[in-house]
Amino acid sequence: MPKVTIDDISLEVPLGTTILQAARMIGQNVPPAMCYYSKLEGSGGKCRTCLVQVVAGSYKDPRPMPKLVASCRTTVMDGMEVRNTTSSEVQEARKGVTEFLLANHPLDCPVCDQAGECKLQDLSYEHGLSKSRYEFKRREFDRIDIGDKIQLHMNRCILCYRCTQVAEQLTPERVHGVLHRGEHSEISTMIEKAIDNDFSGNMIDVCPVGALTDKTFRFKSRVWFTKPVFAHRNCPGCEGKVTLWYQGSEVLRVTSRKDKWGEAESFICNSCRFDHKKTEDWVIEGPAKIDSHSVISQNHMKFELPVIQPLLTTENEQTA
Amino acid sequence: MQPLSSRSKIVSNKTMSWSERLYIPAILAGLKVTLHHLFKKKVTVSYPEQTRPHSKFYRGRHVLKRDDQGRENCTACGLCAIACPAEAITMVAEERQKGEETLYREEKYAAEYNINMLRCIFCGLCEEACPKDAIYLTDTISTSGYNRDTFLYTKDMLLEGALPETRIDIQARRKGQREGAM
Repeated sequence: MPKVTIDDISLEVPLGTTILQAARMIGQNVPPAMCYYSKLEGSGGKCRTCLVQVVAGSYKDPRPMPKLVASCRTTVMDGMEVRNTTSSEVQEARKGVTEFLLANHPLDCPVCDQAGECKLQDLSYEHGLSKSRYEFKRREFDRIDIGDKIQLHMNRCILCYRCTQVAEQLTPERVHGVLHRGEHSEISTMIEKAIDNDFSGNMIDVCPVGALTDKTFRFKSRVWFTKPVFAHRNCPGCEGKVTLWYQGSEVLRVTSRKDKWGEAESFICNSCRFDHKKTEDWVIEGPAKIDSHSVISQNHMKFELPVIQPLLTTENEQTA
Repeated sequence: MQPLSSRSKIVSNKTMSWSERLYIPAILAGLKVTLHHLFKKKVTVSYPEQTRPHSKFYRGRHVLKRDDQGRENCTACGLCAIACPAEAITMVAEERQKGEETLYREEKYAAEYNINMLRCIFCGLCEEACPKDAIYLTDTISTSGYNRDTFLYTKDMLLEGALPETRIDIQARRKGQREGAM
């Protein structure tokens, strides 16, 4: 098995693992990913936020790679050495990528329903500038209704292509894609044709920004005022394992369960998502696990504190 | 055991003398204190006829601001509510309809905006959290009341008027903040 070293932490990983996946296996110093989605085939390589520096290609050829590489698309080689948080070049590049992603972003977070669970917010909080240097008019689109339950705000889109991959891979026939090129590209349902597929709602979950949002949740509340609760039901269409977002005793919205990397654990059907918004429909399992750094955990949930392991004695102390 | 402070007194069950049991010297000593206070300067003022001087950027009653064109600044983003340590602020958002562009600045607005003044501690964190320049604390002293209901301030009580003469000036407070920050 190839051995890879990321930020001085070594790990043996199966052949064909990408650098990003290896970093996720290690569990720390993980590059951010806006377009890569482990459950979607062929995702990644578009947003460039996961750029890392490869200082040694492999044991056989230890030369460094000439440019920063996208970690979601580069597979590891035996003896590869990668720098992510320890490389100032990577941090600088990520800052630039963030600035480019935000160049056309409307920054309407106070209005946007995604605020609080938005990957672009996290990214710009960590790597962004406090002020925009963009002087030109940002591109503007009208809001588009995709069916009666999903709303598309093309202004906020970062063109990660995750939603089109959901359409391609989860549904039998491709119903939406990307029109035009470059600056003019936009997600489209081929002239606003409604998507009737039973799994179309998952494009809301895979969207890293607020471009695709749940119309039934539109402006109902803010994410951090709602309480996420894990629940399941016997659904004929999907696994039926979801997160219910409560405000008081009312279920405001239903989403799939997100794992540590913000990816859906299993895709859920539209019937679970839009039609079952009563507590009686569900078997409640307990409060959802929310990262303690997330604004969602600000004032609602109590969490068990992690057990702190006693500090390992360093090698110097042992010898002394 | 060590005493917690030096102020503790040892209590004795000593019987009082005849002159002490008369109590008259003790009563007179008490009256002397009372008389002394009668001729001292009053520490209270008769509010609301009189008010004490306070700073220009005193943190008093809240105001919801409008922009230059008279549109409401607040977009019901909820940042004031989450910043509030007393959880005094609640709101309900609504979508702006076509034709309401002159009333609300952005596509979302607060249909209801309530501050429970009994909970509010006038810390000013809502003002700091606001990304839309919408909520400010004014130097108006918050009114008192006889019923608890009168302390639930709704949006129509908090929002400033659209006409120039009904606007509430918070420039002094803004300036004071800027100076304070530096």
